[in-house]
Amino acid sequence: MKGVFRSLLPALMIIGGIALFQACSKSGGNEILIGEYASLTGSEATFGQSSHNGLMLAVEEINKSGGLLGKQIKLITEDNQGKPSETQTVVQKLINRDKVVAIIGEVASSRSKAGAPICQAAKIPMITPASTNPEVTTIGDYIFRVCFIDPFQATVMSKFALNSMKVKKVALLIDQKNAYSTGLADNFRKVFTEMGGEIVEEQKYSNGDKDFKAQLTALKAKNPEAVFIPGYYTDVNLISIQAREIGLTCPLFGSDGWESEKLTEGKAKDALEGSFFSTHVSADDPSPQIQGYIKKYREKYGKEPDAMSFLAYDAGMILFDAIKRAGDTNGEKIKNELAKTKDYQGVTGIITINEQRNAVKPAVVLEVKDGKFKYKETIAP
Amino acid sequence: MSEFIQQLINGLSLGSIYALIALGYTMVYGILKFINFAHGEVFMLGAFFGFYIAKFLGVDSPSVTMALIILLLTMTGTAIVGITIEKLAYKPLRNSSKLTVLITAIGVSLFLQYSGQLVFGADPKSFPTIIENTSFSILGATIGTNQIVVLVSALLLMVLLRIIVFKTRMGIAIRAVSNNMTAASLMGININNIISFTFAIGSSLAGAAGILYSINYPSIDPLMGLLPGLKAFIAAVLGGIGNFPGAVVGGVLIGLVETFTVGYLSPTYRDAIAFAILILILLIKPTGLFGKKEVEKV
Repeated sequence: MKGVFRSLLPALMIIGGIALFQACSKSGGNEILIGEYASLTGSEATFGQSSHNGLMLAVEEINKSGGLLGKQIKLITEDNQGKPSETQTVVQKLINRDKVVAIIGEVASSRSKAGAPICQAAKIPMITPASTNPEVTTIGDYIFRVCFIDPFQATVMSKFALNSMKVKKVALLIDQKNAYSTGLADNFRKVFTEMGGEIVEEQKYSNGDKDFKAQLTALKAKNPEAVFIPGYYTDVNLISIQAREIGLTCPLFGSDGWESEKLTEGKAKDALEGSFFSTHVSADDPSPQIQGYIKKYREKYGKEPDAMSFLAYDAGMILFDAIKRAGDTNGEKIKNELAKTKDYQGVTGIITINEQRNAVKPAVVLEVKDGKFKYKETIAP
Repeated sequence: MSEFIQQLINGLSLGSIYALIALGYTMVYGILKFINFAHGEVFMLGAFFGFYIAKFLGVDSPSVTMALIILLLTMTGTAIVGITIEKLAYKPLRNSSKLTVLITAIGVSLFLQYSGQLVFGADPKSFPTIIENTSFSILGATIGTNQIVVLVSALLLMVLLRIIVFKTRMGIAIRAVSNNMTAASLMGININNIISFTFAIGSSLAGAAGILYSINYPSIDPLMGLLPGLKAFIAAVLGGIGNFPGAVVGGVLIGLVETFTVGYLSPTYRDAIAFAILILILLIKPTGLFGKKEVEKV
């Protein structure tokens, strides 16, 4: 008998420990728990780091001004390492163990699509700062976003290519395993050809590939006037370098997945000179909201903010605003208030959540100049 | 036509890197008769050594001397890593079954991948420009200096390896041990030294491949060794494992097949084709293109 007890002892200790831990983590009657999942590491690490920084600014600001409903906000952040499978684990953890009342995440559409069904099933409102794939918010009525969607982004870049870049023959290079990239490419193909452009060639790659020379050589053979690459900055960095190496000299253009200080690292600084991409906000915008935010961000983090941090700040602020109006942390009430968000003055512009739970906002096009992003033009919806 | 030549150049420069890694697999197999699955991670460490050495020396302007210094220091570094792995992980198991060593090799591989994420960080780093890149036009195709550097250095390293293995006393000893370990030791050859030397050479080639790969594809991360490692393994099997020219031909073939698959078929099949080749070669000619059938001595 003694032997049985001894062999069970470690198991009992573990169970006891977990129970104790659970009890501890539930304390917090004076706090409102908000969850965040982000790619703090992995191949799109700057997406997660920037959005986390932006969200932290929003949380600190609210807490300094007395918090929400008389309570302080506590942000619980989980790193999903940039993987959809890891995303499901951390979102489950945020909801079931930490008992958060709402969730902010993710930048990348594939990962938002992995997290959203779990939030929807648990009736926990989720706001994605920057996922532009339309399908993210169609997952359910608890899923919101504070950015524009890809059909619009595709229209923006089609117009820009035809009117400002004056190119008609465009080739596509698509990240085939990425919902964001394939979705945006589908929309671009449709809109661009409708507007009178021509897609001369399409090639695919997989996120994380290092060798793009074969695809680029095939593109080059069709002599495009420009190449549209709806992808993420890590891949675009390598693609641009290799494009120039094999002698593909035409301009490259892309979408908000390019937005990262790491886009122009190394040789890509020269390779991407004169390239364009669409995004949510430009640091050159003189509006007081934007310049005020840049100043705050610089003071706290000692560097320049990118679009992902602007959007995460707005996502946080809109959520806090909805909780304030709801007067309660019940998921359904927060959701109802989020859906009513109208003419909210955010740092990225005036935000109104429409019936599809998307924000309708103008897009800006930036040009890569000397490794920095310079404002080119604004295209309204 | 110019597209074809361009793809040929792309394929050759990728293939020559596979060939360098494949040589390490083949050398170790030749002596110890097991696949060192941690070899791809030595390749990854080579890239990171190069990254940190370049940072430490402060490469402001790319120069050939600087590139050579980085290459040599990295090769020395990975050689030491190779010897250490052998001494710590494989030597204690020398009399165990082949399966034990094989599984240990997979363990070492995963250990290096994930400690790499801890030490270097999981996000990709941009490899510094250590060679000035200018492009030349040949028959309508464009070839960059870094592709030329990759091809030339790979070729030189292979020639050097051939000289070491066939013209030096160490090389004779390696071939003797590979032929029959017991007999070689009876002839007064220090087996442990020879095995260490083999690991050192194989690992320094992998380190060089790491640098050359990063010059061509300047984004490095701790998991970067996995696929090139597997492809090089296929290359070694394709050429006939244990056979030097086989590893080179196998590497170049895999590089070409991969590039042409992506360029003319679909990138979806890039990895599938490589592994399909592995399965086919094992079914049709298990000894590989250059391998000789060995009679198992009883």
